[in-house]
Amino acid sequence: MDLFNEARKRDLEYTTRRHFLKQCSTGLGGMMLASLMGPQYVFSGNDTVNSGFNPNNLPHFPAKAKRIIYMHMAGAPSQLEMFDYKPDLEKLNGLDCPQSLLEGKKFAFIQGTPKMLGPQYRFNRYGESGTYISDLLPHFREVVDDVTIIKTMHTDQFNHAPAQLLVQTGSPLAGRPSIGAWVTYGLGSENENLPGYMVLLSGGKSPSSGKNAWGSGFLPSEYQGVQCRNSGDPIMYVSNPNGMSRNIRKMSLDAIKAINEKQYKEFNDDETLSRISQYEMAFKMQMSVPDVMDVSRESDYIKEMYGAKPGVSSFANNCLLARRLVEQGVRFVQLYDWGWDMHGTNTETSLNHGLVDKCKQIDKPMTALIKDLDQRGLLEDTLVIWGSEFGRTPMKENRGGFENKFSGRDHHTEAYTVWMAGAGIKKGFTYGETDEIGYYGIRNRVHVHDLQATILNQLGIDHEKFTFGFQGRDFRLTDVHGHVVKDLLI
Amino acid sequence: MKSHKFLWAFIILALYSCHEENIGFNEHVRPILNKKCISCHGGVKQSGGFGLVFRDNALGETKSGKKGIVPGRPGKSEMIKRITHADPELRMPPEEAPLTQEEIEILTKWVEQGAEWEEHWAYLEPKEQPLPVSKTDWGSNGIDAFIFDKLKMHGLSPNEEANPYDLVRRVYLDLIGLPPTTEQVEAFIQDNSEDKYVNMVDSLLASPRFGEHWASMWLDLARFADSRGYEKDRKRKIWQYRDWVIKAFNKDMPFDTFTIEQLAGDLLPDPSKDQYIATAFHRNTMENSEGGTENEEFRIAALMDRVNTTWEVWQSTTMSCVQCHSHPYDPIVHKDYYTSLAFFNNTLDWDGPLDEPLYRDYDAINQKKIEAVKAWVAQVSNAEEANKWEHFIRIQEPMIRPEDYKEIYKATHRNTQDQDFMIVYDKAHFKITDLDLSTIDRVYLDYSQRGPVAGKVVIKENDASGTILGEATLGKSWNFVNIPVAIASESKNAHLYFEFQSDDEKYRFLLNGILIGYKLPGTKDEKYTEIYNKIDAVLGEEPERTTPIMFPKPDPLSRTTQVFDRGNRLVPTDTVSPDVPKQFNIKNIALSNRLDFAQWLVGEDNHLTGRVTVNRFWAKLFGKGIVLTSEDFGALGNKPTHPELLDWLAIRFTEDWNWSVKTLLKHIVLSSTYKQSSRITEDAKQKDPYNQWLGRSSRERLSAEQIRDQALLVSGLLSDKMYGPSVMPYQPDGVWSVIYSNDTWETSKGADAYRRGLYTYLRRTSPYPSFVSFDASNRNVCLSRRINTNTPLQALVTLNDPVYFEAAVNIARDIQKQETESGERISKAFQRIMGKPIAEKDIEVFSDLLSETEAYYTSNKKEARQLVGSDNIELATLTIMTNAMMNMDAFLVKN
Repeated sequence: MDLFNEARKRDLEYTTRRHFLKQCSTGLGGMMLASLMGPQYVFSGNDTVNSGFNPNNLPHFPAKAKRIIYMHMAGAPSQLEMFDYKPDLEKLNGLDCPQSLLEGKKFAFIQGTPKMLGPQYRFNRYGESGTYISDLLPHFREVVDDVTIIKTMHTDQFNHAPAQLLVQTGSPLAGRPSIGAWVTYGLGSENENLPGYMVLLSGGKSPSSGKNAWGSGFLPSEYQGVQCRNSGDPIMYVSNPNGMSRNIRKMSLDAIKAINEKQYKEFNDDETLSRISQYEMAFKMQMSVPDVMDVSRESDYIKEMYGAKPGVSSFANNCLLARRLVEQGVRFVQLYDWGWDMHGTNTETSLNHGLVDKCKQIDKPMTALIKDLDQRGLLEDTLVIWGSEFGRTPMKENRGGFENKFSGRDHHTEAYTVWMAGAGIKKGFTYGETDEIGYYGIRNRVHVHDLQATILNQLGIDHEKFTFGFQGRDFRLTDVHGHVVKDLLI
Repeated sequence: MKSHKFLWAFIILALYSCHEENIGFNEHVRPILNKKCISCHGGVKQSGGFGLVFRDNALGETKSGKKGIVPGRPGKSEMIKRITHADPELRMPPEEAPLTQEEIEILTKWVEQGAEWEEHWAYLEPKEQPLPVSKTDWGSNGIDAFIFDKLKMHGLSPNEEANPYDLVRRVYLDLIGLPPTTEQVEAFIQDNSEDKYVNMVDSLLASPRFGEHWASMWLDLARFADSRGYEKDRKRKIWQYRDWVIKAFNKDMPFDTFTIEQLAGDLLPDPSKDQYIATAFHRNTMENSEGGTENEEFRIAALMDRVNTTWEVWQSTTMSCVQCHSHPYDPIVHKDYYTSLAFFNNTLDWDGPLDEPLYRDYDAINQKKIEAVKAWVAQVSNAEEANKWEHFIRIQEPMIRPEDYKEIYKATHRNTQDQDFMIVYDKAHFKITDLDLSTIDRVYLDYSQRGPVAGKVVIKENDASGTILGEATLGKSWNFVNIPVAIASESKNAHLYFEFQSDDEKYRFLLNGILIGYKLPGTKDEKYTEIYNKIDAVLGEEPERTTPIMFPKPDPLSRTTQVFDRGNRLVPTDTVSPDVPKQFNIKNIALSNRLDFAQWLVGEDNHLTGRVTVNRFWAKLFGKGIVLTSEDFGALGNKPTHPELLDWLAIRFTEDWNWSVKTLLKHIVLSSTYKQSSRITEDAKQKDPYNQWLGRSSRERLSAEQIRDQALLVSGLLSDKMYGPSVMPYQPDGVWSVIYSNDTWETSKGADAYRRGLYTYLRRTSPYPSFVSFDASNRNVCLSRRINTNTPLQALVTLNDPVYFEAAVNIARDIQKQETESGERISKAFQRIMGKPIAEKDIEVFSDLLSETEAYYTSNKKEARQLVGSDNIELATLTIMTNAMMNMDAFLVKN
């Protein structure tokens, strides 16, 4: 009874193909497919082949968020200088760290007994919510009443690459799909002329975990994040060769289409039809990608609001691009900003210099992003997340057991800060509480898997039911963990 | 829908027929249990204390005290009661539709007949299968008999043979990964001999291109890459392993040998260089050099990857499931993971920055010295001893590393990425315990001392007050060097006590390890000292090239393996010894090390390796395996569509064909099944949309490597240079934005820019962009099958990537020279690209394109100049045409 078992089995290839067809059936490609194939076409809805989970069944329940902008500060910003105000840590400044905090703990660089390090900047309360924000973020204080700040994020990994992978893919080991890949696999794109999952980098470097952080893992490669480039083609190979105008490209694509249609008549293979429509989409992308990636089209007022300057590579430009992309229906926009690893080994990585510069680079644009989305009515169903892979220690780093030249903090997994806004997330709300020195979360701790579960929840996805079979096992983004943090939701 | 009706008719028919006979567990019962019960009553989750993976368990008492299954007594069996319960609250499965009448009848009858268990099909011994007999003259060999039988059963018939042009292109692409040239196609077409097809197949199997193509497949399984992964993702020179794989396929190394050498070449008696290089298979695991990472954590991660990969590649078994708990669906328990891990736990690699153990290749001068040593040892002793000494010099193991030192004083070793080496200070000492000193001539300190202060090491027997056995000065050395210290002792069991002294208390140096040098024979020979000087000299030199390999940890220092509670290495529990799960080793053969394990995998008592392997090769040719889930033959994987054929092939492959991959492939491509046309009839589309029954050839898209190789080949750009370091063909600027290192993409020049795809440098965190678009693996983990997608980004690659555009220009340039008339040019270009004459009806499409683009470029001359760099408008239009031809569906798939 092979067929019986067969019928029960989800099959990767079939799922992928059916999903593709489903995705296209609404767009122009789909119309073309339908007309070519005629009403007898029986691909979709063939549930004898595929029962159980099927991405077409999404969402599991009504979604609050239609799209996501996720800003990841690669390197781990210091929550103690930006969001988590600890006056008691100030009093302990310069004293030896108590042994009780060190026993059984592992740090990346701290050795022996480090000294405690008080917050390096002043904090004040802002907004009606009275949220604490440090002097490093003078703009952000204007939107504190729109966001939820989680102070008790924690993770399992204290090295950048594995920790970034954990927060972005649910596992510290490379090879799992990233959250953006999961989301576009599940929900598809709203605009067939643009990739559903786009990635923008700033800070001059890629994040430590490399392209795995936006990879599709074992999901089909079409769900991997498409990296927008800062120079050359915004998307690789989107421009025609020099001397091949759009007119000429159209002529050549018409010829390719004509030949492929003949091919379809001869061999009757539906993959040929989908190739025809992929070439049509490519042609449309050639137009829409350079358009959407061109921030000079924005009014001066908007550019000023973000601090965006056309032609340069910056976090500010990326924030503005993120808004432009979600406006065009891109499902998941991921920003990475590199350069937050403030160990205090030189000025660039010191809390007193490097951190000031980094905060200046993000403060205005991320604030503008919230305001701009809000004024366009997009914040309602766009989930904005700002976070990182882990936080930083309340102790001053003492690399190799010696005093560092500059003030810096080591990697810290027990407590760090993430903020979220929009799409059903509470406004002007602070969640979780850390101890007097900001070492542990003592109330309402949120693990990275909980954050992932909550993000999926806002998209109408039950993280426990959203799985994909690979190597004989049903994998999920949250592995076997994660709880939706209901307290964050309106 | 017809296909559904057909399916159900088939199921009902089958059920009807089984009413009269015995209920088969595998055939009838297991599918129901897997579908309806096992997600709650499996190996991990055993709701109510009732699990259905093992019979003992299923027949035992459940939590309620009742028995789920009482053989022969359905009325007493709680399972039967619950599936038929009238109360929906109590009926199983909960909150779902009840089982159908047929399913209930099957389960009831099965319990009545004694609830006998049958092993899952994949764990049973493959059975010799008689060829089905059919009244047909279709078919060329045994394969076709099985295929025809199933086609008939499903109301299908085989397609006609593909037209010779398509067939030649397909068999070329399948066997060597490249399409034929126009000349090769014509030669085949013109050949009138009867055995021209067989002859062509034989010549392809003998082509050096064959090994390159099949290596691509194997390298996905071996997760071969040119970098080490994670944050720093440093370069790793392991390409000699890639070359080993190519050569192994080309010389048709029997698959059993191929297996043993890769998994345990280092444990074979008197291993050759090739056998050591083969073990790099498992040195393709990732290594984490990020600041502050703990080496042991990532050594274990690599080890687990070796376990998972080995079980996936050879047994298609998802061992990774039991890392944290017993298998939810297959008969493997939690502990089995660690008994498997124990096979791999005793090698000397350790997630260190030097990627040791290494096989070292030296320059000519040192090579000469090694040869002199070898010749001399062979003369005073024997050839095996000579090889041993060569490998001692080249591999420099066993090196005892700080983790095995005892009673350490004033020396620290954190075994993290920032302190990989031991820091040794003035007045430090430590011990290496329990050595047989009578077998040791000398030890070598592998150390680096960057400060200005010199010191010395004194080695004593047993402890501080022991006899001084040897001493040496430790001077300044920027790089790690091996300093020899002769040891004079005949003690059979003693400790070596190392003491370090300097005149300066600021003295400190880094110690990588201590290499144990065993007794060199020929003590009485006059050249003894001279030879030793040569050995010591080479040990102090930088090698020209290194390859990471496996090397066993010496017995006295061997690690014990413990079960990790829930897979967490920080919570070790029971100690285990090497073994494989009971179900896989019915005869209970004792397996004590990696070599035993490798031999067992290809031994006659293993029921899976043959099936798994033939399935993989089959899948490459047909686009899908006889078992679709080539990575999982367990309960959750697909069942074989043609189980008899799978067994028949497995037995032929492992016994009759002596594990010869070429013989296997030859049989497949000579079958009529393989040679069918890929045309899809409307009837077949309805009855068999996914081509499970193979009534046609599957129309598969070419792989990432093939698509690039093909474009280079047809345009005459492809280099046939084989082997050597990986190359860096053009990729857009800024793809690598590497942190913490100076690694850059140095675009290769000359022929190296046009090598076959498998030679392209693969950086794990940033693989070659156009390959990624076409679904190539980033090689972080083992990948059994790539999932083909069809996306607009792929279209952008073949339309616009400069490599593909250059190929189009190249062809256009030739065509312009060779022909004058546009119809001829179209035919010629098409023939060159597709290997076959263009169909009459297709010519118009391209002649229209030529005239349209000509009109355009005539009035936009500047653009034509930009395109081809000259005022040659004709060349511009021809380039547009060849670029279009190279984007035809027919060019990107095999028909």
